[in-house]
Amino acid sequence: MQEEMVEVFLLGKKYTVPSELTIMDAMEYAGYKLVRGCGCRSGFCGGCAVIYRMKGSHELKVCLSCQTKIEAGMCVGKIEAYPINKKAFDIEEIKPTENIMGQLYPEIYSCIGCNACTKGCPQGLNVMQYIAYAQRGDYEKCAHASFDCVGCNICASRCPAQISHSAVGLLARRLTGKYLAPQSEHLNKRVSEIEKGDYEKILEQLMQKPLAEMKELYNNREIEK
Amino acid sequence: MLTAEMLKSMANVERTRSARMNATPARMSAEEKDTLLQEYHPDYRQSGFTVLSVGPNKGSKVPTELAELLQANSRIRGSEIDLERVDYDVDVLIIGGGGAGTSAAIEADKAGAKVLLVTKLKMGEANTMMAEGGIQAADKENDSPAIHYLDALGGGHYSNKPELLKRLVHDGPLAIKWLNDLGVMFDKDEKGVMVTTHGGGTSRKRMHAAADYTGAEIMRVLRDEAVNRGITTIDYAPAIELLLDETGKAAGAVLMNYDTGEYLVAKAKTVIIATGGAGRLHYQGFPTSNHYGATADGLVLGYRVGAELIYADAIQYHPTGVAYPAQIFGALVTEKVRSLGAMLINSEGEAFMHPLETRDVAAASIIRECTTRGKGVPALDGSAVWLDTPMIEMIHGAGTIEKRLPGMLRMYGKFGIDLRKEPILVYPTLHYQNGGILINEQAGTKIENLFVAGEAVGGIHGTNRLMGNSLLDIIVFGRIAGKSAAQKSKETQLGKLTLSHIDKFQAELAAAGIHTDKVSPLLLPTYTHGRKVR
Repeated sequence: MQEEMVEVFLLGKKYTVPSELTIMDAMEYAGYKLVRGCGCRSGFCGGCAVIYRMKGSHELKVCLSCQTKIEAGMCVGKIEAYPINKKAFDIEEIKPTENIMGQLYPEIYSCIGCNACTKGCPQGLNVMQYIAYAQRGDYEKCAHASFDCVGCNICASRCPAQISHSAVGLLARRLTGKYLAPQSEHLNKRVSEIEKGDYEKILEQLMQKPLAEMKELYNNREIEK
Repeated sequence: MLTAEMLKSMANVERTRSARMNATPARMSAEEKDTLLQEYHPDYRQSGFTVLSVGPNKGSKVPTELAELLQANSRIRGSEIDLERVDYDVDVLIIGGGGAGTSAAIEADKAGAKVLLVTKLKMGEANTMMAEGGIQAADKENDSPAIHYLDALGGGHYSNKPELLKRLVHDGPLAIKWLNDLGVMFDKDEKGVMVTTHGGGTSRKRMHAAADYTGAEIMRVLRDEAVNRGITTIDYAPAIELLLDETGKAAGAVLMNYDTGEYLVAKAKTVIIATGGAGRLHYQGFPTSNHYGATADGLVLGYRVGAELIYADAIQYHPTGVAYPAQIFGALVTEKVRSLGAMLINSEGEAFMHPLETRDVAAASIIRECTTRGKGVPALDGSAVWLDTPMIEMIHGAGTIEKRLPGMLRMYGKFGIDLRKEPILVYPTLHYQNGGILINEQAGTKIENLFVAGEAVGGIHGTNRLMGNSLLDIIVFGRIAGKSAAQKSKETQLGKLTLSHIDKFQAELAAAGIHTDKVSPLLLPTYTHGRKVR
């Protein structure tokens, strides 16, 4: 099958690359050996954000370069090591009271509602909405609305109010996971049994059993429907 | 665009779907599985392996691509590195910024040690971040660590180190509790009951998840906690050689600033290798689901100072890697897709196996379907089979995929495929190194003051790991390694630093007649995507 080739501009230089590649792969095809801006290559680490324009267009676009197909006329620049304002806190000390977010990240109240964060999000999250939840102290809603964030910080790079959205979402999620979500009684019960040493003996006994008996046990074990 | 042949075969999948809904194929017997593995699993293909000529595992076979790196030259052979000029002087040096290294860093810091964590890419750009499906732990009423032990032992072909497996399953619920209390948002119902599912080879539903971002959720919380604690971390600073002291104890590492190429000396009373796996070595030409830096660096560093490997020839091919479209070829399709009921289907529309066999069996079964049985669907690079994702919402109701597999829905959606409506093409992808450096229950090795945690470890899972036991092991053994290394650092007085083991290893290579231009650790693979390079 004949590959279709397209003309693109990578960091200001013109290259001709196969159209089926991602932007990341196109960089490598062009001869770059990537060190920065290339992490999981599967859309989960948020490390490969790039910014681009289609040649001749005024519109700036942003995306994850490993999850976006290259297109003819793309003029690609990189967003690497975008600095955000992550505040340190002690998860044991803070409480999900209304003012904790405001104390750590008062800039969320400077949001001008431009929605550039949401427009830029490669995960399709409603970023401005989760910042609104944070403003109101509704951390559980903020946590769920920001859950799929990969921390690429494209939102922060586009924000005129200079908010560090990913840090806000992460704080809301940790507060939710630790304090707001219901406790798991079955987990707490099992943990206390283990701490009492309830499973030491049965595990030691299993470890001593002959191989044939273990095979018998495994092959005939009951499997939960 | 799907080819005409793909569309024709997809129609077969759709045609048989409703009949298949209540007719799950039977599980294979132990004998059927053994025969299948021997005939079709890549680990049994002798041509993919090389017997080592030097080092602690001399005489054992390992994947050829790994052998070439284990038996390569040091990157700093012949360079003069002034070990008196110390750039960092710490109690505990942790090499690797994934889930295991970061868990270790948190525990070592908690124990009062001065910690330095160095990582080749950015902290969190690691396989942990990409682990989608879940984390096992026996915390439900109908389950127990003993049942978890049996599942993992049988799945691992009875080759797991019993004392390591015991620690894994015993500490499982403690690991979930630790993560929960750090603020990891596990899927729970309104009463707090964890939403758990099966994985391949489990006999109880003990797979805890955070949608299909389980590893990402764990990793971003661990990373945040490390930052909160003020732990010193250096990104883009791979270790390229371990340092010993004159008595043979691990004593730090030579690092490289990956931006400038400059070497740095990190002196440490104890060292933890947490460098992860080897998918980017592309054993036997397989694509991989691993992150960009998975190049077995820790195995190379450890082997050169005399640490022993175990089961380095046991590789996990995840049965369901993306076989189409090209842009995400080899990426992971989480096993949770099968946990939720999607079946593996051949070109004729037949379900050819129970969807929840262990990973090695499932991978071998897919390879058989695509080779001797001739029932694969021609895809990009060889044949593939269907994973019938629309079944999930027929079983669990509309909206299930968006809620429980948002990552998968998004990944495919970006390339124009809606997996709620159409099945997807999959083929095994290189996923995990079952083996690694042998450790004891304290995560120690036979090299004094050298600890290992995470995928770089061997022995916990035997020769085949179950889904969800890797996220568990990085937490359980990451924490153990952090505590052990912090404790040991308090009792340690270091002697003079040395790199004499490099000369010794080079002499062994020469004596074995190995002359090579290769240097290791590899650090990163090189990709040109088919372009011919001068």
